[in-house]
Amino acid sequence: MLRIPCPWCGERDESEFRYRGDASRVRPDAEAGVAAFNAYVYERDNPCGWHQEWWLHVGGCRKLLKVLRHTVSHEIGSVAAAGEALALPAEVDR
Amino acid sequence: MSAPPPPRPSVTNAARASSGRYSAWRLLREGLTGQRGWARAWTKATPRQRYRVVIVGGGGHGLATAFYLATQYGITDVAVLEKGPIGLGNVGRNTTLIRSNYFHPDNIRFYDFSLKLWEGLEQRLNFNAMVSQRGTLNLFHTEAQRDLFTRRANQMRLLGVDAQAVTREEVQALVPLVDLDNGRYPVLGGFLQPRGGTVRHDAVAWGYARAASEAGVNIIEHCEVTGIRREGDRVTGVYSTRGFIAADTVCLAVAGHSSHLARMAGLTLPIETHVLQAFVTEGIKPVLDVVLTYGVGHFYVSQSDKGGLVFGGAIDGYNTYGQRGTLPMAEEVTASGMTLLPGLARLRVLRQWGGVMDMTMDGSPIISKTPLTGLILNGGWCYGGFKAIPAGGLTTAHLIAHGSPHPLASHLDLGRFAAGRTVDERGVGPFPYLH
Repeated sequence: MLRIPCPWCGERDESEFRYRGDASRVRPDAEAGVAAFNAYVYERDNPCGWHQEWWLHVGGCRKLLKVLRHTVSHEIGSVAAAGEALALPAEVDR
Repeated sequence: MSAPPPPRPSVTNAARASSGRYSAWRLLREGLTGQRGWARAWTKATPRQRYRVVIVGGGGHGLATAFYLATQYGITDVAVLEKGPIGLGNVGRNTTLIRSNYFHPDNIRFYDFSLKLWEGLEQRLNFNAMVSQRGTLNLFHTEAQRDLFTRRANQMRLLGVDAQAVTREEVQALVPLVDLDNGRYPVLGGFLQPRGGTVRHDAVAWGYARAASEAGVNIIEHCEVTGIRREGDRVTGVYSTRGFIAADTVCLAVAGHSSHLARMAGLTLPIETHVLQAFVTEGIKPVLDVVLTYGVGHFYVSQSDKGGLVFGGAIDGYNTYGQRGTLPMAEEVTASGMTLLPGLARLRVLRQWGGVMDMTMDGSPIISKTPLTGLILNGGWCYGGFKAIPAGGLTTAHLIAHGSPHPLASHLDLGRFAAGRTVDERGVGPFPYLH
Protein backbone atom coordinates (compact mmCIF):
# COMPACT_ATOMS: atom_id res chain seq x y z
CA MET A 1 0.00 0.00 0.00
CA LEU A 2 1.57 3.28 -1.12
CA ARG A 3 1.18 6.51 0.82
CA ILE A 4 1.91 9.38 -1.55
CA PRO A 5 2.66 12.79 -0.02
CA CYS A 6 0.76 15.20 -2.28
CA PRO A 7 2.27 18.71 -2.10
CA TRP A 8 -1.24 20.18 -1.94
CA CYS A 9 -3.27 17.63 0.04
CA GLY A 10 -0.73 15.93 2.29
CA GLU A 11 -0.03 12.19 2.55
CA ARG A 12 -2.79 10.16 0.95
CA ASP A 13 -3.57 6.54 0.14
CA GLU A 14 -2.66 5.24 -3.34
CA SER A 15 -6.34 4.51 -4.02
CA GLU A 16 -6.86 8.28 -4.46
CA PHE A 17 -4.39 8.35 -7.35
CA ARG A 18 -4.21 7.09 -10.92
CA TYR A 19 -0.87 5.94 -12.28
CA ARG A 20 0.11 7.66 -15.53
CA GLY A 21 3.46 6.04 -16.35
CA ASP A 22 7.07 6.97 -16.90
CA ALA A 23 7.78 10.67 -16.32
CA SER A 24 11.36 10.63 -17.56
CA ARG A 25 10.55 10.73 -21.28
CA VAL A 26 10.80 14.16 -22.89
CA ARG A 27 8.91 14.96 -26.08
CA PRO A 28 11.41 15.51 -28.91
CA ASP A 29 11.44 18.42 -31.29
CA ALA A 30 8.67 18.14 -33.92
CA GLU A 31 11.23 17.62 -36.69
CA ALA A 32 13.32 15.10 -34.74
CA GLY A 33 12.30 12.15 -36.92
CA VAL A 34 10.80 8.66 -36.51
CA ALA A 35 13.58 7.17 -34.37
CA ALA A 36 13.34 9.96 -31.79
CA PHE A 37 9.56 9.72 -31.63
CA ASN A 38 9.69 5.92 -31.44
CA ALA A 39 12.00 6.25 -28.45
CA TYR A 40 9.70 8.84 -26.86
CA VAL A 41 6.42 6.98 -27.36
CA TYR A 42 7.52 3.37 -26.99
CA GLU A 43 10.95 2.80 -25.48
CA ARG A 44 11.30 2.71 -21.70
CA ASP A 45 14.34 2.41 -19.45
CA ASN A 46 12.26 0.23 -17.11
CA PRO A 47 14.72 0.54 -14.22
CA CYS A 48 14.97 -1.96 -11.39
CA GLY A 49 15.42 0.82 -8.82
CA TRP A 50 14.41 4.49 -8.70
CA HIS A 51 11.73 5.41 -11.26
CA GLN A 52 10.28 8.82 -12.12
CA GLU A 53 6.56 8.53 -12.75
CA TRP A 54 3.32 10.48 -13.14
CA TRP A 55 0.51 10.08 -10.62
CA LEU A 56 -2.79 11.93 -11.08
CA HIS A 57 -4.51 12.82 -7.81
CA VAL A 58 -8.02 12.09 -9.09
CA GLY A 59 -9.48 11.63 -5.62
CA GLY A 60 -7.99 14.87 -4.30
CA CYS A 61 -6.70 18.06 -5.90
CA ARG A 62 -6.80 16.51 -9.43
CA LYS A 63 -3.28 17.72 -10.08
CA LEU A 64 -0.67 15.68 -11.92
CA LEU A 65 2.32 14.85 -9.72
CA LYS A 66 5.81 13.72 -10.51
CA VAL A 67 6.88 11.00 -8.08
CA LEU A 68 10.21 9.26 -7.52
CA ARG A 69 9.49 5.69 -6.40
CA HIS A 70 11.65 2.60 -6.00
CA THR A 71 10.42 -0.29 -8.17
CA VAL A 72 11.56 -3.00 -5.75
CA SER A 73 10.93 -1.58 -2.27
CA HIS A 74 8.12 0.79 -3.44
CA GLU A 75 9.61 3.51 -1.22
CA ILE A 76 8.62 7.04 -2.28
CA GLY A 77 11.77 9.14 -2.63
CA SER A 78 10.36 12.55 -3.52
CA VAL A 79 7.27 14.22 -4.99
CA ALA A 80 7.02 17.39 -7.08
CA ALA A 81 4.46 19.32 -9.08
CA ALA A 82 4.24 18.31 -12.74
CA GLY A 83 6.26 21.29 -13.98
CA GLU A 84 9.00 21.04 -11.38
CA ALA A 85 12.16 18.96 -11.38
CA LEU A 86 12.34 16.03 -8.95
CA ALA A 87 15.13 15.74 -6.42
CA LEU A 88 16.94 12.68 -7.82
CA PRO A 89 19.43 10.44 -6.04
CA ALA A 90 22.89 10.33 -7.60
CA GLU A 91 22.44 6.84 -9.13
CA VAL A 92 19.49 7.82 -11.35
CA ASP A 93 20.30 8.35 -15.01
CA ARG A 94 18.89 11.61 -16.29
CA MET B 1 22.81 -17.34 -40.21
CA SER B 2 23.30 -20.13 -42.71
CA ALA B 3 20.54 -22.49 -43.79
CA PRO B 4 19.90 -25.17 -41.18
CA PRO B 5 20.65 -28.82 -41.84
CA PRO B 6 17.58 -30.94 -42.60
CA PRO B 7 15.62 -32.08 -39.56
CA ARG B 8 16.84 -35.34 -38.09
CA PRO B 9 15.70 -37.48 -35.19
CA SER B 10 17.09 -36.61 -31.79
CA VAL B 11 20.37 -38.27 -30.90
CA THR B 12 20.86 -39.46 -27.35
CA ASN B 13 24.43 -39.31 -26.17
CA ALA B 14 25.19 -42.72 -24.75
CA ALA B 15 27.50 -41.21 -22.13
CA ARG B 16 24.63 -39.35 -20.51
CA ALA B 17 22.18 -41.01 -18.18
CA SER B 18 18.79 -41.26 -19.87
CA SER B 19 15.67 -41.09 -17.78
CA GLY B 20 14.14 -43.70 -20.09
CA ARG B 21 10.65 -43.76 -21.44
CA TYR B 22 7.80 -43.11 -19.02
CA SER B 23 4.78 -45.40 -19.26
CA ALA B 24 2.20 -47.19 -17.15
CA TRP B 25 4.25 -50.38 -17.58
CA ARG B 26 7.36 -48.58 -16.28
CA LEU B 27 5.43 -47.29 -13.26
CA LEU B 28 4.29 -50.82 -12.47
CA ARG B 29 7.79 -52.25 -12.92
CA GLU B 30 9.41 -49.58 -10.75
CA GLY B 31 6.71 -50.08 -8.15
CA LEU B 32 7.58 -53.76 -7.95
CA THR B 33 11.34 -53.16 -7.81
CA GLY B 34 11.53 -50.52 -5.09
CA GLN B 35 11.57 -47.44 -7.36
CA ARG B 36 15.30 -47.89 -7.89
CA GLY B 37 15.33 -47.57 -11.67
CA TRP B 38 14.50 -43.88 -12.00
CA ALA B 39 17.23 -41.56 -13.28
CA ARG B 40 17.28 -37.76 -13.19
CA ALA B 41 14.74 -36.33 -15.60
CA TRP B 42 17.37 -34.08 -17.15
CA THR B 43 21.16 -33.98 -17.05
CA LYS B 44 22.72 -31.29 -14.88
CA ALA B 45 25.13 -30.04 -17.52
CA THR B 46 28.29 -28.01 -16.96
CA PRO B 47 28.81 -25.22 -19.50
CA ARG B 48 31.12 -25.74 -22.48
CA GLN B 49 33.13 -22.83 -23.88
CA ARG B 50 30.99 -22.31 -26.94
CA TYR B 51 27.62 -23.28 -28.37
CA ARG B 52 25.84 -22.59 -31.61
CA VAL B 53 22.86 -21.25 -29.63
CA VAL B 54 22.73 -19.99 -26.05
CA ILE B 55 19.27 -19.43 -24.62
CA VAL B 56 19.16 -17.18 -21.57
CA GLY B 57 16.29 -18.21 -19.31
CA GLY B 58 15.19 -21.73 -18.40
CA GLY B 59 11.50 -20.95 -18.17
CA GLY B 60 8.74 -22.27 -20.38
CA HIS B 61 9.73 -20.33 -23.48
CA GLY B 62 13.48 -20.92 -23.14
CA LEU B 63 13.07 -24.67 -22.63
CA ALA B 64 10.47 -24.98 -25.38
CA THR B 65 12.73 -23.06 -27.79
CA ALA B 66 15.59 -25.45 -26.99
CA PHE B 67 13.33 -28.48 -27.41
CA TYR B 68 12.05 -27.41 -30.84
CA LEU B 69 15.53 -26.35 -31.97
CA ALA B 70 16.83 -29.83 -31.17
CA THR B 71 13.91 -31.95 -32.32
CA GLN B 72 12.36 -29.98 -35.16
CA TYR B 73 15.18 -27.85 -36.57
CA GLY B 74 18.11 -30.20 -36.04
CA ILE B 75 20.20 -27.83 -33.91
CA THR B 76 21.35 -29.70 -30.80
CA ASP B 77 24.41 -27.58 -29.97
CA VAL B 78 22.28 -25.55 -27.58
CA ALA B 79 22.63 -24.42 -23.97
CA VAL B 80 19.84 -23.12 -21.76
CA LEU B 81 21.19 -20.93 -18.93
CA GLU B 82 18.98 -20.52 -15.88
CA LYS B 83 19.80 -18.27 -12.93
CA GLY B 84 18.17 -20.56 -10.36
CA PRO B 85 16.59 -24.01 -10.64
CA ILE B 86 14.26 -24.85 -13.54
CA GLY B 87 10.60 -24.06 -12.93
CA LEU B 88 10.74 -21.41 -10.21
CA GLY B 89 10.13 -18.37 -12.43
CA ASN B 90 6.93 -17.35 -14.16
CA VAL B 91 6.38 -20.84 -15.60
CA GLY B 92 5.64 -21.94 -12.05
CA ARG B 93 3.78 -18.79 -10.98
CA ASN B 94 0.96 -18.43 -13.50
CA THR B 95 -2.66 -19.57 -13.22
CA THR B 96 -2.09 -22.37 -15.80
CA LEU B 97 -4.76 -21.36 -18.33
CA ILE B 98 -4.67 -22.19 -22.02
CA ARG B 99 -7.03 -20.69 -24.63
CA SER B 100 -7.02 -18.96 -28.00
CA ASN B 101 -10.06 -16.65 -27.68
CA TYR B 102 -8.35 -13.50 -28.88
CA PHE B 103 -9.65 -10.55 -30.89
CA HIS B 104 -6.92 -9.79 -33.41
CA PRO B 105 -6.85 -12.38 -36.26
CA ASP B 106 -3.06 -12.73 -36.15
CA ASN B 107 -3.24 -13.39 -32.42
CA ILE B 108 -6.05 -15.94 -32.83
CA ARG B 109 -3.95 -17.84 -35.38
CA PHE B 110 -0.85 -17.74 -33.20
CA TYR B 111 -2.54 -18.77 -29.95
CA ASP B 112 -4.62 -21.45 -31.66
CA PHE B 113 -1.44 -22.91 -33.10
CA SER B 114 -0.25 -23.05 -29.51
CA LEU B 115 -3.47 -24.74 -28.41
CA LYS B 116 -3.01 -27.38 -31.11
CA LEU B 117 0.53 -28.01 -29.89
CA TRP B 118 -0.78 -28.35 -26.32
CA GLU B 119 -3.22 -30.98 -27.59
CA GLY B 120 -0.40 -33.29 -28.70
CA LEU B 121 2.24 -32.16 -26.23
CA GLU B 122 2.13 -34.96 -23.68
CA GLN B 123 2.66 -37.64 -26.35
CA ARG B 124 5.44 -35.61 -27.93
CA LEU B 125 7.25 -34.99 -24.64
CA ASN B 126 6.36 -38.38 -23.12
CA PHE B 127 5.43 -36.45 -19.96
CA ASN B 128 2.09 -36.11 -18.21
CA ALA B 129 1.39 -32.36 -18.18
CA MET B 130 -2.26 -32.92 -17.19
CA VAL B 131 -3.59 -30.97 -20.17
CA SER B 132 -7.28 -30.57 -19.34
CA GLN B 133 -9.51 -29.03 -22.01
CA ARG B 134 -12.39 -28.24 -19.70
CA GLY B 135 -13.54 -25.13 -21.57
CA THR B 136 -13.08 -21.41 -21.01
CA LEU B 137 -16.27 -19.50 -20.26
CA ASN B 138 -16.27 -15.69 -20.54
CA LEU B 139 -19.33 -14.00 -19.07
CA PHE B 140 -20.94 -10.80 -20.34
CA HIS B 141 -23.14 -8.41 -18.42
CA THR B 142 -24.28 -5.73 -20.87
CA GLU B 143 -25.71 -5.63 -24.39
CA ALA B 144 -22.58 -3.88 -25.64
CA GLN B 145 -20.39 -6.56 -24.15
CA ARG B 146 -22.54 -9.21 -25.84
CA ASP B 147 -21.92 -7.50 -29.19
CA LEU B 148 -18.19 -7.34 -28.57
CA PHE B 149 -17.97 -11.00 -27.54
CA THR B 150 -20.14 -12.04 -30.49
CA ARG B 151 -17.82 -10.23 -32.84
CA ARG B 152 -14.83 -11.91 -31.22
CA ALA B 153 -16.46 -15.35 -31.37
CA ASN B 154 -17.41 -14.83 -35.02
CA GLN B 155 -13.86 -13.79 -35.85
CA MET B 156 -12.59 -16.97 -34.19
CA ARG B 157 -15.09 -19.16 -36.06
CA LEU B 158 -14.12 -17.55 -39.37
CA LEU B 159 -10.58 -18.71 -38.65
CA GLY B 160 -11.75 -22.23 -37.83
CA VAL B 161 -11.40 -21.90 -34.05
CA ASP B 162 -14.09 -23.17 -31.69
CA ALA B 163 -16.31 -20.60 -29.96
CA GLN B 164 -19.94 -20.78 -29.01
CA ALA B 165 -22.54 -18.51 -27.46
CA VAL B 166 -23.98 -19.64 -24.15
CA THR B 167 -27.31 -18.41 -22.76
CA ARG B 168 -27.90 -17.25 -19.22
CA GLU B 169 -29.65 -20.53 -18.41
CA GLU B 170 -26.75 -22.53 -19.81
CA VAL B 171 -24.34 -20.50 -17.67
CA GLN B 172 -26.39 -21.48 -14.65
CA ALA B 173 -26.21 -25.14 -15.65
CA LEU B 174 -22.47 -25.01 -16.37
CA VAL B 175 -21.54 -23.12 -13.21
CA PRO B 176 -24.22 -23.38 -10.51
CA LEU B 177 -21.99 -21.34 -8.18
CA VAL B 178 -22.43 -18.13 -10.19
CA ASP B 179 -24.76 -15.51 -8.75
CA LEU B 180 -26.55 -14.62 -12.00
CA ASP B 181 -28.28 -11.59 -10.42
CA ASN B 182 -25.35 -10.22 -8.54
CA GLY B 183 -26.89 -6.86 -7.73
CA ARG B 184 -25.35 -4.39 -10.11
CA TYR B 185 -24.04 -6.69 -12.84
CA PRO B 186 -26.52 -9.45 -13.76
CA VAL B 187 -25.09 -12.12 -16.07
CA LEU B 188 -26.71 -11.99 -19.51
CA GLY B 189 -24.81 -14.93 -20.98
CA GLY B 190 -21.39 -16.08 -21.95
CA PHE B 191 -19.12 -17.31 -24.66
CA LEU B 192 -17.40 -20.63 -24.41
CA GLN B 193 -14.25 -21.96 -26.00
CA PRO B 194 -14.57 -25.71 -25.34
CA ARG B 195 -10.91 -26.39 -26.20
CA GLY B 196 -9.63 -23.94 -23.59
CA GLY B 197 -8.56 -25.27 -20.22
CA THR B 198 -5.66 -25.77 -17.85
CA VAL B 199 -2.28 -27.50 -17.79
CA ARG B 200 -0.10 -28.40 -14.84
CA HIS B 201 2.53 -25.68 -15.20
CA ASP B 202 5.42 -27.33 -13.32
CA ALA B 203 5.08 -30.39 -15.52
CA VAL B 204 5.45 -28.18 -18.60
CA ALA B 205 8.84 -26.94 -17.42
CA TRP B 206 9.96 -30.41 -16.35
CA GLY B 207 8.61 -32.10 -19.48
CA TYR B 208 10.31 -29.70 -21.88
CA ALA B 209 13.53 -29.80 -19.83
CA ARG B 210 13.62 -33.58 -19.88
CA ALA B 211 12.81 -33.89 -23.56
CA ALA B 212 15.30 -31.18 -24.55
CA SER B 213 18.00 -32.81 -22.43
CA GLU B 214 17.30 -36.20 -24.04
CA ALA B 215 17.70 -34.53 -27.44
CA GLY B 216 21.17 -33.26 -26.55
CA VAL B 217 20.52 -29.76 -25.17
CA ASN B 218 22.67 -28.67 -22.20
CA ILE B 219 20.48 -27.38 -19.38
CA ILE B 220 22.66 -25.36 -17.04
CA GLU B 221 21.05 -24.33 -13.78
CA HIS B 222 22.44 -21.81 -11.27
CA CYS B 223 24.16 -19.91 -14.08
CA GLU B 224 23.27 -16.22 -14.08
CA VAL B 225 24.11 -14.11 -17.11
CA THR B 226 25.98 -10.99 -15.99
CA GLY B 227 26.87 -9.46 -19.35
CA ILE B 228 26.56 -9.80 -23.10
CA ARG B 229 29.65 -9.56 -25.33
CA ARG B 230 29.28 -7.32 -28.34
CA GLU B 231 31.72 -6.90 -31.20
CA GLY B 232 30.36 -3.93 -33.11
CA ASP B 233 26.78 -4.76 -34.00
CA ARG B 234 27.24 -8.48 -33.43
CA VAL B 235 26.62 -10.40 -30.22
CA THR B 236 29.22 -13.13 -29.70
CA GLY B 237 28.45 -14.63 -26.32
CA VAL B 238 27.48 -14.09 -22.71
CA TYR B 239 29.37 -13.54 -19.48
CA SER B 240 27.95 -15.61 -16.66
CA THR B 241 28.60 -16.55 -13.07
CA ARG B 242 30.16 -19.71 -14.55
CA GLY B 243 32.43 -17.92 -17.01
CA PHE B 244 32.23 -16.61 -20.56
CA ILE B 245 30.23 -18.72 -22.99
CA ALA B 246 30.59 -17.99 -26.71
CA ALA B 247 27.63 -18.40 -29.05
CA ASP B 248 26.68 -17.75 -32.68
CA THR B 249 23.20 -16.81 -31.52
CA VAL B 250 22.05 -15.61 -28.12
CA CYS B 251 18.32 -15.79 -27.44
CA LEU B 252 16.81 -13.90 -24.52
CA ALA B 253 13.80 -15.68 -23.02
CA VAL B 254 13.62 -13.92 -19.66
CA ALA B 255 10.20 -12.23 -19.71
CA GLY B 256 9.91 -9.99 -16.66
CA HIS B 257 13.57 -9.05 -16.95
CA SER B 258 13.99 -8.57 -20.72
CA SER B 259 14.79 -4.87 -20.28
CA HIS B 260 17.56 -5.73 -17.84
CA LEU B 261 19.20 -8.28 -20.18
CA ALA B 262 18.73 -6.12 -23.27
CA ARG B 263 20.42 -3.23 -21.49
CA MET B 264 23.52 -5.45 -21.12
CA ALA B 265 23.65 -5.45 -24.92
CA GLY B 266 22.96 -1.72 -25.11
CA LEU B 267 19.32 -1.94 -26.23
CA THR B 268 16.25 -0.18 -24.84
CA LEU B 269 12.98 -2.09 -25.31
CA PRO B 270 9.31 -1.04 -25.54
CA ILE B 271 8.66 -2.86 -22.27
CA GLU B 272 7.84 -2.06 -18.65
CA THR B 273 7.93 -4.58 -15.79
CA HIS B 274 4.74 -5.06 -13.77
CA VAL B 275 3.54 -7.60 -11.21
CA LEU B 276 0.53 -9.90 -11.53
CA GLN B 277 -0.83 -11.72 -8.50
CA ALA B 278 -2.42 -15.14 -8.19
CA PHE B 279 -4.28 -16.80 -5.34
CA VAL B 280 -5.29 -20.32 -4.33
CA THR B 281 -7.84 -21.38 -1.75
CA GLU B 282 -7.98 -24.47 0.42
CA GLY B 283 -9.00 -27.62 -1.43
CA ILE B 284 -12.70 -28.44 -1.71
CA LYS B 285 -14.79 -31.01 -3.55
CA PRO B 286 -15.28 -30.43 -7.30
CA VAL B 287 -17.46 -27.35 -7.81
CA LEU B 288 -16.13 -25.76 -10.99
CA ASP B 289 -15.31 -27.70 -14.15
CA VAL B 290 -14.69 -24.81 -16.55
CA VAL B 291 -12.31 -21.88 -16.52
CA LEU B 292 -14.55 -18.92 -15.66
CA THR B 293 -13.92 -15.24 -16.33
CA TYR B 294 -15.94 -12.33 -15.02
CA GLY B 295 -16.88 -9.60 -17.48
CA VAL B 296 -17.01 -6.68 -15.07
CA GLY B 297 -14.04 -6.79 -12.77
CA HIS B 298 -10.92 -8.49 -14.02
CA PHE B 299 -11.28 -11.94 -12.46
CA TYR B 300 -10.69 -15.49 -13.65
CA VAL B 301 -10.91 -18.74 -11.74
CA SER B 302 -10.46 -22.47 -12.22
CA GLN B 303 -10.33 -25.41 -9.86
CA SER B 304 -7.07 -27.29 -9.61
CA ASP B 305 -6.87 -31.06 -9.50
CA LYS B 306 -6.04 -30.77 -5.80
CA GLY B 307 -9.35 -28.97 -5.30
CA GLY B 308 -8.16 -25.42 -4.64
CA LEU B 309 -9.75 -22.55 -6.52
CA VAL B 310 -6.96 -20.82 -8.43
CA PHE B 311 -7.76 -17.24 -9.33
CA GLY B 312 -6.31 -13.92 -10.35
CA GLY B 313 -7.10 -10.53 -11.82
CA ALA B 314 -5.36 -7.57 -13.39
CA ILE B 315 -1.78 -6.39 -12.93
CA ASP B 316 -1.18 -4.18 -9.91
CA GLY B 317 -0.95 -1.14 -12.16
CA TYR B 318 2.44 0.49 -11.70
CA ASN B 319 6.02 -0.46 -12.58
CA THR B 320 7.50 -2.91 -10.13
CA TYR B 321 10.05 -5.70 -9.88
CA GLY B 322 8.65 -6.79 -6.49
CA GLN B 323 7.58 -10.44 -6.90
CA ARG B 324 4.94 -10.20 -4.18
CA GLY B 325 1.87 -8.16 -5.17
CA THR B 326 0.17 -5.39 -3.22
CA LEU B 327 -2.90 -5.38 -1.00
CA PRO B 328 -5.18 -2.95 -2.91
CA MET B 329 -5.21 -5.28 -5.93
CA ALA B 330 -5.61 -8.35 -3.73
CA GLU B 331 -8.71 -6.69 -2.28
CA GLU B 332 -10.05 -5.75 -5.73
CA VAL B 333 -9.56 -9.27 -7.12
CA THR B 334 -11.20 -11.00 -4.17
CA ALA B 335 -14.07 -8.47 -4.19
CA SER B 336 -14.67 -9.18 -7.89
CA GLY B 337 -14.60 -12.88 -7.17
CA MET B 338 -17.10 -12.63 -4.34
CA THR B 339 -19.49 -10.56 -6.46
CA LEU B 340 -19.55 -13.33 -9.04
CA LEU B 341 -19.23 -16.34 -6.72
CA PRO B 342 -20.58 -15.40 -3.29
CA GLY B 343 -19.60 -18.86 -2.03
CA LEU B 344 -15.96 -17.85 -2.34
CA ALA B 345 -16.44 -15.94 0.93
CA ARG B 346 -16.59 -19.24 2.80
CA LEU B 347 -13.15 -20.33 1.63
CA ARG B 348 -9.78 -19.43 3.07
CA VAL B 349 -7.05 -18.27 0.73
CA LEU B 350 -4.10 -20.53 1.35
CA ARG B 351 -1.49 -18.76 -0.70
CA GLN B 352 -0.99 -15.56 -2.65
CA TRP B 353 2.02 -14.78 -4.81
CA GLY B 354 3.23 -12.45 -7.54
CA GLY B 355 5.20 -12.81 -10.74
CA VAL B 356 6.82 -9.93 -12.60
CA MET B 357 6.23 -9.69 -16.31
CA ASP B 358 7.22 -7.78 -19.39
CA MET B 359 4.31 -5.49 -20.26
CA THR B 360 4.80 -4.25 -23.82
CA MET B 361 3.54 -0.97 -25.20
CA ASP B 362 0.77 -2.67 -27.20
CA GLY B 363 0.02 -5.62 -24.91
CA SER B 364 1.31 -8.22 -27.40
CA PRO B 365 4.50 -10.28 -27.14
CA ILE B 366 7.75 -9.88 -29.04
CA ILE B 367 9.44 -12.72 -30.96
CA SER B 368 11.99 -10.96 -33.04
CA LYS B 369 15.44 -10.29 -34.31
CA THR B 370 16.98 -7.21 -32.73
CA PRO B 371 19.14 -4.40 -34.16
CA LEU B 372 22.13 -6.58 -33.13
CA THR B 373 23.16 -9.54 -35.29
CA GLY B 374 23.04 -12.79 -33.33
CA LEU B 375 20.64 -11.53 -30.66
CA ILE B 376 17.08 -12.90 -30.69
CA LEU B 377 14.35 -11.74 -28.31
CA ASN B 378 11.50 -13.87 -27.00
CA GLY B 379 9.73 -11.67 -24.45
CA GLY B 380 7.06 -9.13 -23.76
CA TRP B 381 4.58 -11.86 -22.82
CA CYS B 382 2.49 -9.51 -20.69
CA TYR B 383 0.35 -11.89 -18.64
CA GLY B 384 -0.31 -14.34 -21.48
CA GLY B 385 2.97 -16.17 -21.71
CA PHE B 386 2.01 -19.55 -20.30
CA LYS B 387 -0.58 -20.50 -22.91
CA ALA B 388 1.86 -19.46 -25.63
CA ILE B 389 4.77 -21.64 -24.50
CA PRO B 390 4.60 -24.28 -27.28
CA ALA B 391 4.00 -21.79 -30.09
CA GLY B 392 6.42 -19.26 -28.64
CA GLY B 393 9.13 -21.89 -28.39
CA LEU B 394 8.53 -23.31 -31.86
CA THR B 395 8.38 -19.95 -33.63
CA THR B 396 11.46 -18.69 -31.76
CA ALA B 397 13.32 -21.85 -32.77
CA HIS B 398 12.22 -21.23 -36.36
CA LEU B 399 13.54 -17.68 -36.21
CA ILE B 400 16.90 -18.87 -34.83
CA ALA B 401 17.23 -21.74 -37.32
CA HIS B 402 16.08 -19.95 -40.48
CA GLY B 403 16.93 -16.34 -39.68
CA SER B 404 13.44 -15.30 -40.75
CA PRO B 405 10.24 -15.18 -38.70
CA HIS B 406 7.77 -18.07 -38.62
CA PRO B 407 4.69 -17.01 -40.64
CA LEU B 408 2.47 -17.28 -37.56
CA ALA B 409 4.68 -14.95 -35.50
CA SER B 410 5.82 -12.42 -38.08
CA HIS B 411 3.41 -9.82 -36.64
CA LEU B 412 5.25 -9.97 -33.30
CA ASP B 413 8.46 -8.31 -34.52
CA LEU B 414 10.18 -5.50 -32.67
CA GLY B 415 9.93 -3.21 -35.69
CA ARG B 416 6.14 -2.97 -35.46
CA PHE B 417 6.25 -0.07 -33.00
CA ALA B 418 8.25 2.34 -35.15
CA ALA B 419 6.35 1.18 -38.24
CA GLY B 420 2.92 1.81 -36.67
CA ARG B 421 1.81 -1.85 -36.88
CA THR B 422 1.12 -2.36 -33.18
CA VAL B 423 -1.03 -5.36 -32.22
CA ASP B 424 -3.19 -3.75 -29.56
CA GLU B 425 -5.89 -6.24 -28.46
CA ARG B 426 -7.66 -3.77 -26.22
CA GLY B 427 -7.04 -0.63 -28.25
CA VAL B 428 -5.72 1.39 -25.32
CA GLY B 429 -2.51 2.77 -26.81
CA PRO B 430 1.09 2.76 -25.57
CA PHE B 431 0.28 2.49 -21.86
CA PRO B 432 1.52 -0.83 -20.44
CA TYR B 433 -0.26 -0.34 -17.12
CA LEU B 434 -3.61 -0.35 -18.96
CA HIS B 435 -3.10 -3.55 -20.98
